Amino acid sequence: MSMQIEDPRVVEFDVQTDEMLVNMGPQHPSTHGVLRLLLRTDGEIVHECTPHIGYLHRSAEKIGENLSPPQYIPYTDRMDYLAGMNMNLGFSLAVEKLIGMKVPERGMHLRVLIAELGRIASHLVGMGTYGLDLGTFSPFLYAFREREIILDLFEEACGARLTYSYLTVGGATHDLPDEIEIPDGLASLTGRKQGERFPFTDVIEMFLQWLEPRIKEYHTLLTRNTIFIKRTAGQGILTPEMAVSYGCTGPVLRGSGVDFDLRRDGEPIYTNMYKDYDFDVIAAPFKDAPREVVLGDNWCRFYVRMLEVVQAIRLVRQAIPKYKAATGSFREVFKLNSKLPKDEVYLETEAPRGQMGFYVVGNGEGNPLRVRAKSSCFCNVAITDQICRGVPLADIPAIVGSLDIVMGEIDR
Amino acid sequence: MDIQGIHSILLEKFGAHAVGVATHPAIDPWIQVEASFILEVARFLRDDERLLFNHLNDLCGCDYLETDPKKVAKFGHEPHVEVVYQLSSLKLRHQIKVKVVVPRWRNDVPGELPVVPSVSSLWGIANWHEREAYDLVGIHFEGHPNLRRILCPEDWVGHPLRKDYAFPLEYHGVRGR
Repeated sequence: MSMQIEDPRVVEFDVQTDEMLVNMGPQHPSTHGVLRLLLRTDGEIVHECTPHIGYLHRSAEKIGENLSPPQYIPYTDRMDYLAGMNMNLGFSLAVEKLIGMKVPERGMHLRVLIAELGRIASHLVGMGTYGLDLGTFSPFLYAFREREIILDLFEEACGARLTYSYLTVGGATHDLPDEIEIPDGLASLTGRKQGERFPFTDVIEMFLQWLEPRIKEYHTLLTRNTIFIKRTAGQGILTPEMAVSYGCTGPVLRGSGVDFDLRRDGEPIYTNMYKDYDFDVIAAPFKDAPREVVLGDNWCRFYVRMLEVVQAIRLVRQAIPKYKAATGSFREVFKLNSKLPKDEVYLETEAPRGQMGFYVVGNGEGNPLRVRAKSSCFCNVAITDQICRGVPLADIPAIVGSLDIVMGEIDR
Repeated sequence: MDIQGIHSILLEKFGAHAVGVATHPAIDPWIQVEASFILEVARFLRDDERLLFNHLNDLCGCDYLETDPKKVAKFGHEPHVEVVYQLSSLKLRHQIKVKVVVPRWRNDVPGELPVVPSVSSLWGIANWHEREAYDLVGIHFEGHPNLRRILCPEDWVGHPLRKDYAFPLEYHGVRGR
């Protein structure tokens, strides 16, 4: 007796697909470092996405218990290594709050200037690498060309290009230089003679003038690009309630429509720095968004970063005359043998990737009893399991990339 | 609302045996909550209309112990372990610090981790923060759905942020010192 199949379509329904576990990482290029995602997939669809972290754990918190605060500053550089200046600032402010130190006005304006330049550099990398995640290479090159000039300026200010240790307890290690040779990159981009000397603040202004019209180019390249919108709009939707419950901060939180920025809403010791500055807090939804965009999707998170670059340019522009007009010293001296009081503080600052918190417990000795670094990316990456359910495998890099994570900060 | 106001609301609701008679003075004053009450107090803090602490900024452990016998007198703290909750409300724009103090070892048996109820059912991010506190400081969070190590490898021995942690000499054939 031969088998007879009455309806050939029945066979297709009988086919069982097995669930498969796919390891993405820790060496996958689109995971921005050593993040391992364990995916449970059914065909092309991801049912579960479990992030595994810890591959870059360097015991930064344990090291902090054995070093005095100025000695610990270089370790904060290596947390979020794309925004070292902002990490230095966060830890310095926490220690200043603990010992009750007041930074002179000139130092405060210097910090705003440097921290906002750092924010521009960090968001440019965020934009460029997000383009890479989605398969376009050119924005990455543009972004790195611009970032290079900021790194050149930082090099003139403190001598380092990535791990600065520049902003330190009490202010900064050096004052900004008076006059510098224009960086070669900026000279050739703006058509000036190489090796010409200008005041430092004029070079920053030259750079900003050059950068500002370029932002329109990025919007043409990425933000308004049809393929880019198709890949990002309506994908990886993070509701405001979930973003708050999962402790998401920074552009991820504001991309979900929660209007909260520590530069405006934070503690006085931090908001005093930005007291006389005029800037807008960027939060979704956007009036000029494409039709397909949903509140809290990849596109919103990306667009928040792009608009924050514009705000950061505004802040740097305001900081330059304020810094020049402020007289007096740029720092308060922190004696290397001074003891930390028996008290404890927790302070969060608005780093480019979110709220970076430092919890420092003093014990009447030079070294703190406990240094806790609360990382913003740590909270932002914890959300992946929630927003990566039921999406095609190819969208995982697009969603994880939109969170803009740095593993150095997550693993500490 | 300032911390005194928040404390008086809690005092009225839970009583002095749960949240202490007063706040602890410091640069940022804190409220000390009895370990067995933390889940209820946390739920009240999150849901009460006057408080609405919807954002858990940070949760971490901290070990208080002086291992140097010469410095013990100056240290000023009894040996204990703390869990520190930093809460803020994005709606009402206020923040507080809540602490739970537990002995370093349960029943003073070295190796038995102290137990604190988990708040991972209230804030999503508490899941990962509690895993980190378990991994590094060695606090057992009761009721946590997935209490595994997060930063250290799964077969790691000990909890590195304990003050009496012995550094390993060897890990899978790699020399430590």
